[in-house]
Amino acid sequence: MEQQIIKIKNKHGVRVIPGFGLCIGVTLSMLGCLVLIPLASIFVSAAGLHFSEFIEVVTSRQVISGYVVSLSCAFSAALINAVFGMVLAWVLVRYEFPGKRLMDGLIELPFALPTSVAGIALTALYSDQGWIGALFARIGIKIAYTRIGITIAMVFVGIPFVVRAVQPVLEKLDRQYEEAAMMLGAGRMRTFFRVILPELFPALLAGFGLAFARGIGEYGSVVFIAGNIPNQTQIAPLLIMTKLEQYKYADATAIALVLLLISFLLMLLINSVQIYMQRFSKG
Amino acid sequence: MKKETEPDYKQDIAGDGIHSLQKVVEPHQDQGSLAVKYVLIGVSVLFLTLMLILPLAVVTANALREGWVVYRDTILNEYTVKALGLTVLATVAAVAVNTIFGIFAAYLLSKFYFRGRQVLAALIDLPFSISPVIAGLVFILTFGNIGWMGPFLKAHNIKIVFAVPGVILATIFVTFPFVFRELFPVLNAQGKDEEEAAALMGAGGFTIFWRITFPHIKWALLYGIILCTARAMGEFGAVSVISGHLRGKTNTLPLHVEILYNEFNTTAAFAVSSILVIMAVVILIARNLAQHRTGF
Repeated sequence: MEQQIIKIKNKHGVRVIPGFGLCIGVTLSMLGCLVLIPLASIFVSAAGLHFSEFIEVVTSRQVISGYVVSLSCAFSAALINAVFGMVLAWVLVRYEFPGKRLMDGLIELPFALPTSVAGIALTALYSDQGWIGALFARIGIKIAYTRIGITIAMVFVGIPFVVRAVQPVLEKLDRQYEEAAMMLGAGRMRTFFRVILPELFPALLAGFGLAFARGIGEYGSVVFIAGNIPNQTQIAPLLIMTKLEQYKYADATAIALVLLLISFLLMLLINSVQIYMQRFSKG
Repeated sequence: MKKETEPDYKQDIAGDGIHSLQKVVEPHQDQGSLAVKYVLIGVSVLFLTLMLILPLAVVTANALREGWVVYRDTILNEYTVKALGLTVLATVAAVAVNTIFGIFAAYLLSKFYFRGRQVLAALIDLPFSISPVIAGLVFILTFGNIGWMGPFLKAHNIKIVFAVPGVILATIFVTFPFVFRELFPVLNAQGKDEEEAAALMGAGGFTIFWRITFPHIKWALLYGIILCTARAMGEFGAVSVISGHLRGKTNTLPLHVEILYNEFNTTAAFAVSSILVIMAVVILIARNLAQHRTGF
């Protein structure tokens, strides 16, 4: 009986748990049908494009401006999120105060709130007549329908990524090292920047990367507050949408392909950081 | 936290000489770190108020701006109810499909070693890094008139793009890794010794899963399902591309919000939004309860 089960071997040892065939079959077929085959279509249709056409589409002024707006706003939003996400994670892990659980629960709101709802709510809040927008309008700063507005929407969707990446690492951090640093005479700032931050940095970077990637692809919460002024506040996903509405499928595919490549490169970067991080902590 | 440490601290003073060092450091540290504490909490509260709480307040205020009767009529409107129905349908379908996938994939990747595990895990995560608009686009390029499956579908009179199946497929796509992502770390940490022991004692595959693996993952599974539900009911970009905005047919609630808003029917848009806000808050509460059970 046992010998029958132990007949499938590989280099890691003996495979005794039954069900490998079923599991790999279900996993691969669902992944293939629902994700990989549809995703392959974009490469199939991109292959049908002429190279000169492709270059012409993705280097047109409007499209370049779309990429620049998406990337620059997503980058600033991810930076803002890295700072505030760090503060939030710190407050949630290290301090006790009334309403802490409520605050912890609120962090995931951007995950749970549909992006179109977030989009119209932020627009109403930050437009010239909005509760906050009116305050800024008085000192001459327009938020909605500018790149500041786009950045704010991206901060909204990205904040949980940083908090949830940093929080578990901070919880596990051994406080002995801080105490030792403090006792050896390091000030609070120095302890934070020299002892705590280096430990948290990989997690912070991973959270930053996820927030950045989410910001680049974000559509729903951004389109309302962006105002979509050509060459100024049009984001790349919106350009894909516009081309689709004009039935210019080839153009949409070309823009999407470049955007996909950008996010893949970013994910690759995040993954290599995480692998490096694992080796570093194990080594 | 303070309450817990204080008795220890007193014990330490009474105890050996080494701990009395803490006595010298702590009081000096306390005043300063108290100030830092309040500043940091203040910053956090301000940030969350500006970014998260005020938008919710805006939705509520605008939804009720024209009174309760208008609000009630808007959310009981025929199109709103139909949109709610489609949102629920797409969400249930996405959660069901992704739960089945998540369990099989997480079990496969944590209990079996085979070549290409890493690649498979990376492929499952793909939808996370893809813009929702592109997720919608890939289905148009596959099943639409210009897609490579287009002629076949047309010949058999099957409509996917600009129809309900497309909305469901797009929702499944964007939420694809959610359940897997929650289950995988738990199963991985649990190891496979227990399953191997059970297998060697002659238990079948299903018995092993149900009696040994499942009890370990039930709370993580619930947590994953909750996250998946949240994302599925709120999906906008992907569904927006593929739905064709047919009112009463392929309109989900988040799309209905957009249509009303673009028609300058702001009050109605916010009234419909308030339904989604309530659903989001319910999900957040459920998530918190599940989280305390999983102990994340």
